Amino acid sequence: MSQLSQRPEAAIVGQRHRHESAAAHVTGTALYTDDLAHRLAGVLHAYPVQSTVAHAKILGLDTAPALGIPGVIQVITAADIPGVNDQGAKHDEPLLPVDEVMFYGQPVAWVLGEDLEAAKAGAKAVSVDYEPLESLITVQDAIKANSFHGIQPVIQKGDWDAGFEQAAHVFEGDFDFAGQEHFYLETQNSLALVDESGQILIHCSTQHPTETQDIVSHVLGVPAHEISVQVLRMGGGFGGKEMQPHGYAAVAALGAKLTGRPVRVRLDRTLDITMTGKRHGFYATWKIGFDEQGRILALDAQLTADGGWSLDLSEPVLTRAMCHIDNSYWIPNVRVSGRVAKCHKTSQTAFRGFGGPQGMLVMEDILGRVAPQLGIEARELRRLNFYTEGQDTPYYQPVRHPERIDAAWQQVLDSADVAAREAEIAEFNKNNPYSKRALAITPVKFGISFNLTAFNQGGALVLVYKDGSVLVNHGGTEMGQGLHTKMLQVAATSLGVPLSSVRIAPTRTDKVPNTSATAASSGSDLNGGAVKDACEQIQARLSQVAAGKFGVPAADIRFAHGKITALGKTEELEWNDVVRDAYMQRIQLSAAGYYRTEGLHWDLSRMTGSPFKYFSYGVAASEVEVSSFDGSYVLRRVDIVHDVGDSLSPMIDLGQIEGGFVQGTGWLTLEDLRWDTSDGPGRGRVATQAASTYKIPSFSEMPEVFNVALLDKAHEEGVVYGSKAVGEPPLMLAFSVREALRQAVAAFGPEGSSVQLASPATPEAVFWAIDSVRG
Amino acid sequence: MSAENSLKTGCRITVNGNELDFAGPPHSNALDFLRNQGLVGSKEGCAEGECGACAILVARSDADGSRWTSVNACLVPAAALDGQEVVTAEGLGSVDQLHPVQQEMADRGGSQCGYCTPGFICSMAAEYYRPERAEQHRGGHPADHECGPNGFDLHSLSGNLCRCTGYRPIRDAAYALGDPAADDPLAARQAQGAPAPVATDLLAADTPTGQLGRFRRPASLGEALQILADEPETTVVAGSTDWGVDVNIKGARARSVLAIDRLEELRQLRWEKDFLEIGASLTLSEIERQLAGDVPLLGQLFGQFASRLIRNSATMGGNLGTGSPIGDTPPALLALNAQLVLTSVQGPRVVELSEYFTGYRQTVRDAGELITAIRVPLPLATHTSFQKISKRRFDDISSVAVGYALNVVDGVITSARIGLGGVAATPLRAVATEAMLEGKPWTLETIRAAATVMASEGTPMDDHRASAKYRKAMLASSLERFYAQQLAVPAPNKEVQP
Repeated sequence: MSQLSQRPEAAIVGQRHRHESAAAHVTGTALYTDDLAHRLAGVLHAYPVQSTVAHAKILGLDTAPALGIPGVIQVITAADIPGVNDQGAKHDEPLLPVDEVMFYGQPVAWVLGEDLEAAKAGAKAVSVDYEPLESLITVQDAIKANSFHGIQPVIQKGDWDAGFEQAAHVFEGDFDFAGQEHFYLETQNSLALVDESGQILIHCSTQHPTETQDIVSHVLGVPAHEISVQVLRMGGGFGGKEMQPHGYAAVAALGAKLTGRPVRVRLDRTLDITMTGKRHGFYATWKIGFDEQGRILALDAQLTADGGWSLDLSEPVLTRAMCHIDNSYWIPNVRVSGRVAKCHKTSQTAFRGFGGPQGMLVMEDILGRVAPQLGIEARELRRLNFYTEGQDTPYYQPVRHPERIDAAWQQVLDSADVAAREAEIAEFNKNNPYSKRALAITPVKFGISFNLTAFNQGGALVLVYKDGSVLVNHGGTEMGQGLHTKMLQVAATSLGVPLSSVRIAPTRTDKVPNTSATAASSGSDLNGGAVKDACEQIQARLSQVAAGKFGVPAADIRFAHGKITALGKTEELEWNDVVRDAYMQRIQLSAAGYYRTEGLHWDLSRMTGSPFKYFSYGVAASEVEVSSFDGSYVLRRVDIVHDVGDSLSPMIDLGQIEGGFVQGTGWLTLEDLRWDTSDGPGRGRVATQAASTYKIPSFSEMPEVFNVALLDKAHEEGVVYGSKAVGEPPLMLAFSVREALRQAVAAFGPEGSSVQLASPATPEAVFWAIDSVRG
Repeated sequence: MSAENSLKTGCRITVNGNELDFAGPPHSNALDFLRNQGLVGSKEGCAEGECGACAILVARSDADGSRWTSVNACLVPAAALDGQEVVTAEGLGSVDQLHPVQQEMADRGGSQCGYCTPGFICSMAAEYYRPERAEQHRGGHPADHECGPNGFDLHSLSGNLCRCTGYRPIRDAAYALGDPAADDPLAARQAQGAPAPVATDLLAADTPTGQLGRFRRPASLGEALQILADEPETTVVAGSTDWGVDVNIKGARARSVLAIDRLEELRQLRWEKDFLEIGASLTLSEIERQLAGDVPLLGQLFGQFASRLIRNSATMGGNLGTGSPIGDTPPALLALNAQLVLTSVQGPRVVELSEYFTGYRQTVRDAGELITAIRVPLPLATHTSFQKISKRRFDDISSVAVGYALNVVDGVITSARIGLGGVAATPLRAVATEAMLEGKPWTLETIRAAATVMASEGTPMDDHRASAKYRKAMLASSLERFYAQQLAVPAPNKEVQP
């Protein structure tokens, strides 16, 4: 295993390279799924008939009027599904409803038209007769109605009752916080074509091509080998394309199968927001006990995830939330129970962090609220409770490298000049009645690996052609995170060739089968391991060829920069020449690579084990200025130190840290997902269903000063070239912004004010928090 | 010329140097046109002018000369580009030969998923070529977090959303840009002047699924008014930033569309002795440039009005024509005591803006009338402010907007005009608060006493933007904010001479 993390000298991994598609991005020539539709003739366009009630029996569905509209070719209903009517992994999510609609906006049928105009007109003409049923829209509605689905796990360790008894201070509270819309700039897209043998090729914007293939296969009732899924690239995923694309791919495939023509399913923004799942909002209740010094003695918490109408990924999201409630803090006695509320809205799903952010938010909210009541600065309270060597999590996984939390923390305190700035802030606040500033610093500890152990495997297919050029296929998908760039760097490093010799092929299920979702931040770890494995197989064979030429043992052959050398020899061979010789000697020049993460185990029934290969760490310090006039604020400065191991590609990693941070800040401060909770006819409708009403961060929300550094001496043993995952953990660095807002609000009130802050902390929420501390 | 004789079956649009033909219904937008031509670099992210993924460059001339103007292709009717020149990200450079803007974005990690990138490139290129930027660059413009040392105004990217990067590398790319090279073809093209507007009368061919429709861009105001007199049901578009949204999101269609955005008669800005007259079809960006801060209240408004991409298309006449209760210009113009010139074939009439709005999206404008100009009486008030309450500072819609214009003479408020948006079915004046302030001393005590009256102005409601309670609180707090702002910036508005 240690060989996996060993990095050769002058490695191409670790170098700063731009995104492999950067030139295509900036010139508008990078293609996305829907762009391909413009290259085909005869494409049919699909548009859904959406439910106009939150929960109802379907009494009748009349598609005939649609078929009378010029340009309408077909209306697809549940009756047209030849295989299993299910688009999920838990068999609770019909692709099209048979007798019951479960949320406002749910697709009831799909209309295929010669153009979008015709498909839309057709969808409007379909009439559906509903008998409304009682609907549950909020988590509170579901709790009152005792409406839950899936597992109800409990994490237990130590004796929490005894902990509370020993505690000098015990606090109780609750916290209801919102989810988040993914708002990937490219909405859900699928384009299906049938070939001459009836095999279906689906171009799909999916993070999980294998599962898309599986679901299309069971919907059509055909074996998986009749379905191929290809992903060129996605215009953002963020978890929203892990489970969500499957149903739309199935509609496209079914349409293509029924009509023999290419079918395009492209959700416009409003369709996307009203039909697809989002980050789960949660409701949490908690009780926490501290000793005299402020050390946590016991925690008893219950997390209720707002799951929506079907399970989708709610169970693993819930378990990850529960496994992250500790964030970076040692809790000796703990009980955390969890459940998933079932209500009548979109089925909530994976979103960057996958429950981790929600679990950690509960703890950060608790610490931010109780610090003034304990009379300890929030910053000190956090530091006091950091994990130290030898401690383990509530689910009994030892916490390795806890000293990195301290190291990153100290590095941020120093580089951000926190002490001096806090003095400046105090001075500013003294002199400004209408504006207050605050600086908060928060840590992140995030477990890497899928909680479900089976997903922790990756595959690759590396092809070396006779001319020495290399084509890499792997099971991961590119959604902007730079995975392909990293895989090129891994392949070039492993083979010892220049980066320019290596090219990436689009992700396809007929090249690398049975892949895991590109999710859980694991893309580089899993696929990097597999690519490296494939490259090493080829290299071992080429070593034999070169060894014969040099007259040395194969173990003495070295590959670097496209040259092949032997220990003790001065001459060097060209990579291309050795490849050609290998071909002539009938040596195989391609290899399938494979990787599985070792050492993982997880007992879901007891919620114990070591589900994570390692933890990623980071620390952020954020300074805000809040106006009392309207609660608005600016993010003045952010300093981050983040642990990415030995970076595979520093500019890519930096981009993930900054982008994750801003996305997290959007979730916690700006993005205000609203459903109609009235009893009117719009009950259950997403009220913020367009870019004009759902606001993601723009340039005005980026930190005015934004300093990000990678943690030094962060080599991670047992991971590809000593690196660490980076996709999700930085999102949670945004807690520092929320805590800074809380502290700035407190500065408007009397000394030591404890502040309750809604999430998202929109200007309005901040305004009312100020109103409340002022009394 | 009679309309019937000039009926065309197609438009000709120059895209990236190639002449392309368009024939289609009036609601077909430029984005779909480009994508159907295989130019798929421009993307649809929201279809309502909020995300900028569809941004393109159009050569436009105004009083200050010609410039590459960035606009949202999803909102521009394709027919409105007849005879015009367009450049997309594909036309700026190629993979082997990147444009300087593309080079900086690629090298600095400005793209991740790349989907928003072509739009960013176009917005950034417009700012790269902005003639005034080069002057600021040479003049050593002081850099801050909204303006680069190279004079790059970050507001030029306010209408472009990116979900991946967190924006820092995009800002770095923008601030690293130099000046266009001496042989830069787009700089040369800009210097030559944009194509003049062409009169267009396009009757869309009937298709199996599409409706017949007619798009007209008359050559003169007289023709426009005649069309309106003959066909009062005609949909009038100026910048199309409102109708374009209705088309894309609400499925609005029109049998007949009348474009008035390039009518010279509606594109003049004049200083008269007693008033400033602003042509209704000047875009907000054009007014912003031509006023150059001479009307401070409007100066404060422009930076908060939607985004640069929208301001490059949206007109003041259009913002008033929609009659929306949350348009951002009405509160400012109400405070300025503005009047509207409404013109029909019978001739012009002048109405007070405060009497213009009659109900939700209803006004006194007759179907045969166009807003041709906005008049702002002079001299301007001594103390003014525009406050916009929204979730996001760039590119957002107001939950509450307030315009203040007070005259303070010898410490006494001699007149007060306050315009409100977002608190009723129409924009309105805070009449009771105005009355409460007039004749009182300009003190914190006066302001605080008036705040309770201010909080009861209008009839705010709850929606996804804000609660009614918050809107009321914002009305109350805005007065003290106004007062505090004036103390922080004590210099009164400078005297503006015609």
